[in-house]
Amino acid sequence: MSTSASLIEIRGTGTSALEAARLTLARDIRLAFRKRGQLVQPLAFFAIVTTLFPLGISPELSRLRDVAPGVLWVAALLSSLLALEFLFRDDAQDGTLEQHVLSGQSLTWLLFAKTVAHWLLTGLPLAVMAPLAALSLGVPAASVGGIVASVAIGSVALSLIGSVGAALTLGVKRSGALLSLLTLPLSMPVLIFGARATELAIKGEGFAAPLYLLGALAVFGITLAPLAAAAAVRISLE
Amino acid sequence: MAWTWFHRLGSPPYLYGLAARLTPWFAWSAALCIFAGTYGGLFLAPADYQQGDDFRIIYVHAPSAWMSLMVYTTMAVSAAVGLIWRIKVSHAVAAACAPIGASFTLVALVTGSLWGYRMWGTYWEWDPRLTSELILFFLYLGYMGLRSSIDDTQRADRASAVLAVVGVVNVPIIHFSVTWWNSLHQAPSVMQLAAPTMPASMLIPLLLMFLGFTLMFAALLLVRLQAEILTRERTANWMREAVAS
Repeated sequence: MSTSASLIEIRGTGTSALEAARLTLARDIRLAFRKRGQLVQPLAFFAIVTTLFPLGISPELSRLRDVAPGVLWVAALLSSLLALEFLFRDDAQDGTLEQHVLSGQSLTWLLFAKTVAHWLLTGLPLAVMAPLAALSLGVPAASVGGIVASVAIGSVALSLIGSVGAALTLGVKRSGALLSLLTLPLSMPVLIFGARATELAIKGEGFAAPLYLLGALAVFGITLAPLAAAAAVRISLE
Repeated sequence: MAWTWFHRLGSPPYLYGLAARLTPWFAWSAALCIFAGTYGGLFLAPADYQQGDDFRIIYVHAPSAWMSLMVYTTMAVSAAVGLIWRIKVSHAVAAACAPIGASFTLVALVTGSLWGYRMWGTYWEWDPRLTSELILFFLYLGYMGLRSSIDDTQRADRASAVLAVVGVVNVPIIHFSVTWWNSLHQAPSVMQLAAPTMPASMLIPLLLMFLGFTLMFAALLLVRLQAEILTRERTANWMREAVAS
């Protein structure tokens, strides 16, 4: 403990926590844009899953409209789960994450920055994509705003919940199934409120109430998830 | 000075011996309570005026459902204690809790679905309590899955402890959201059991079953804890002596 404390004193003086977080955010986004193929994968996955439902249920738009909120949110949940692999995996493999732990900077802030970058790269594009998928399910065009808002806010919470799961499974080989077992039960409130907001938006009713609850989940996640993720990363890299 | 008894609990040899000595006490009192509760529930309690004899499944269902939550809380609290104060045996307690809790949850789900079949005519109704119970079961599975997929015991202990703490923070949120979701989609549940209106001949066996299940959990936990300590301390000298004697 004493060595790590002295490291903080020596190295932590140069850059403030916020500055380090900003630099990490910029680095993650720059790196992601150098591998554009990876960025498109979760979106393509989302598009494919939403295509499967009309093929599996029926091409009738009236029936699809009823299940559209559920389809959109389950697809969003699955594609955010798929995208979680990119959150820490590369950095854990090349040792960057270890350097983050040793840097003396607040690991909580650094991981929060990484999660924000992850949301900007996967959650936000998903929110932009969702209306396209929704329109193909026969949803009225007027509901697009509500769908974008609910997916954008809900995916913040999903990214944060996922960051804890991804951090816990860092050292586990072939962690895909385990990661879904850890994060999906915790994501169910997001699914419930998100699908409800989308449903109300599709019906043309006020969707503020479930959207506020989604926002509450996101704020709650912002407050606590980076702390848990930091503890989990430290344990996984021990 | 007064705290020395508490500190001794953190020592594996002491706890191993204590668990061995306490197990029969908890096991026999649990057996007694469960026997008395079962007899009272099946023979002494009158049939419900609406549900007839079907309601008697409550004597297994409600205590299991209660235990599923209590075991999860016990697991999370001992995991947090292990994480914060780095007490190894707390992690052993948490590890011992998980399969017991998962079993109680499964029993609550199966009995709930059987009861549902008699009351609602279907084996599964998306009732908020059953749904929360199902999600709780998944939380247990995730905890055990994470624990079993990390080979190093200490790392498995601490990683699963973080998960247990994150899970216990989320349980109320999940329960609230499921209740909220359900209230929008379906009429209030058929099963409205108001405990205070139960006659004493129905209630006393139920309370005995609650007590019996709690004692049974304690007995099972102590047995599993001994097994956990045996595995974890298998190379320690005291363990060789204890096993040899």
